[in-house]
Amino acid sequence: MTRFFRTFPMIAALAVLLVFPMFGQIFYTELVAKTLILAIFAMSLDLLVGYTGLVSFGHAAYFGIAAYAIPLLTPAGAVNAIWWILPVSVLAAALAALLIGVFVLRTKGIYFIMVTLAFAQMAFFLFHDTDLGGGSDGIFLNSKPTVTVFGLEALTLENPTHIYYFVLALTVSVYLLLRWLLKTSFGHILIGIRSNEHRMVAMGYNTFHYKLAIFTIAGALAGLAGFLQVVLTGFVTPEMLAWHQSGNVLLVVILGGIGTLIGPVLGAFTFIALQEFAQGLVDRWQLVMGIFIILVVFALPGGLAAIPARLRRRLVKGADND
Amino acid sequence: MTERPGDVLLEARGLTRHFGGLAANSNVSMTLRRGEIHALLGPNGAGKSTFINMLSGDLPPSSGTILLKGDDVTALSAHRRSRIGIGRSFQRTNIFPTFSVQENCVLAAQSRQQQPGRIFRPPLQNEAVVARSHEVMALAGLNHCASQIAGTLSHGEQRQLEIAMVLATNPAVLLLDEPLAGMGAEESSRMVDLLARLRRDHAILLVEHDMDAVFALADVITVLVNGELLESGPPEQIKASPAVRSAYLGEDEGTDYA
Repeated sequence: MTRFFRTFPMIAALAVLLVFPMFGQIFYTELVAKTLILAIFAMSLDLLVGYTGLVSFGHAAYFGIAAYAIPLLTPAGAVNAIWWILPVSVLAAALAALLIGVFVLRTKGIYFIMVTLAFAQMAFFLFHDTDLGGGSDGIFLNSKPTVTVFGLEALTLENPTHIYYFVLALTVSVYLLLRWLLKTSFGHILIGIRSNEHRMVAMGYNTFHYKLAIFTIAGALAGLAGFLQVVLTGFVTPEMLAWHQSGNVLLVVILGGIGTLIGPVLGAFTFIALQEFAQGLVDRWQLVMGIFIILVVFALPGGLAAIPARLRRRLVKGADND
Repeated sequence: MTERPGDVLLEARGLTRHFGGLAANSNVSMTLRRGEIHALLGPNGAGKSTFINMLSGDLPPSSGTILLKGDDVTALSAHRRSRIGIGRSFQRTNIFPTFSVQENCVLAAQSRQQQPGRIFRPPLQNEAVVARSHEVMALAGLNHCASQIAGTLSHGEQRQLEIAMVLATNPAVLLLDEPLAGMGAEESSRMVDLLARLRRDHAILLVEHDMDAVFALADVITVLVNGELLESGPPEQIKASPAVRSAYLGEDEGTDYA
């Protein structure tokens, strides 16, 4: 029964997402696609923050590096098959995470936060201040990647509805993949590291290797989100690597509930909805956003994902009092 | 070579550790043999924890050598020492509170099987690891609460789990830091029974303040004072030693420690 109550809302939500483009305007289809991309990005960060206890404040670097890989690693004028450019883009982000991870994972706590930020800033200025990626203007994509299956065009990524379903399929895949991964021994080892790294070492785990592995996986998935973002918008800018991007995705994770997979997804929807709502309401929309986030942090420790458990506890308590 | 009781498993030679100008341990040597419980005594601040931390690899010695079965392991990191058979328990309970008792034991046993093919599977589907978790839960007397969340166990049960997790890693040498701390009388005597049973197959270093337990269990006792080895020998010798009496046991003279 509890399994049913846990699964049913997710199936229902997925059904709504599946039919959504048939009813909404293109604007909203693109907005939800943007939200799902943010959800993938946030899930990848939660692997570090929520499951392994590594608070990375430079996660946008991998999002942006994968994005830049698209124009920089495709020959000019060539038609780019997605089966080539998607893995290349994700691998670029994974490689960057692997290399940066070797350095940053030797630090802990506040130092880890600062060093991840420092590396992300270096990546930001590399693209912002050099001609490598078009400087501060970024680069427009001449054409979107093509998706062909057995020589037939399966999806046209110029079409927002096609992009939407492509993003949705990948979001669901990433969610299911991570749900599996976190239930394996590997997942338990990560949680063990978050909970008590010293004990894990005493039991014979080289925790550095595990942290490097998950840092690389998280970087790759952030890269996937960055790739999809470029497919959606058609351009890359240094802003994709900026520190407030790293901050926003951290906020999404905290808002939704760290250490859960559904939390970052709920956080992404709340964050984007709030952004749209507040932007339409006042000029200083970030003030509204800030106040809301402070309220959630104070009123809902554990984030939005903790609401069902809190309601259940309240109901049980209410029943006891009767 | 077959392993027999009496074999020297772990040997510390002249271990010294300075913290700035302070010598927490100076020139401490010790031999741990299979089939022996070696108790390490000393007042607070005598350097017992520093000594254990050097043996477990948590703290590099300033000088001195550590040998496991004759091999120099002084330069090995803590996780490597665990892998080659040095297991330690902690003074403060160090379990994973959100996991069940069995999941804690499985996580410990899994550390012997870290091949990718074994890591990327649900932990309870790895038969060898699950079998080992059942063995150590039975040994430590935790079978009745295997599926209970570890954080909700009583203090005594958490201490038992602490030992079970060390055993799950199949160590030859056990470094036990106050396993009886904070236990009630009944839990305490159960733990003493367990340690007596573990003696046969392990070399055990026992740091403990419960003198009844120490004299009931120890084959050899070493006394540290101010980071230096004061005296080492069988319990009778230590009990009778005037130096030990005045330095450590001597605060209220005339007490019978038997």
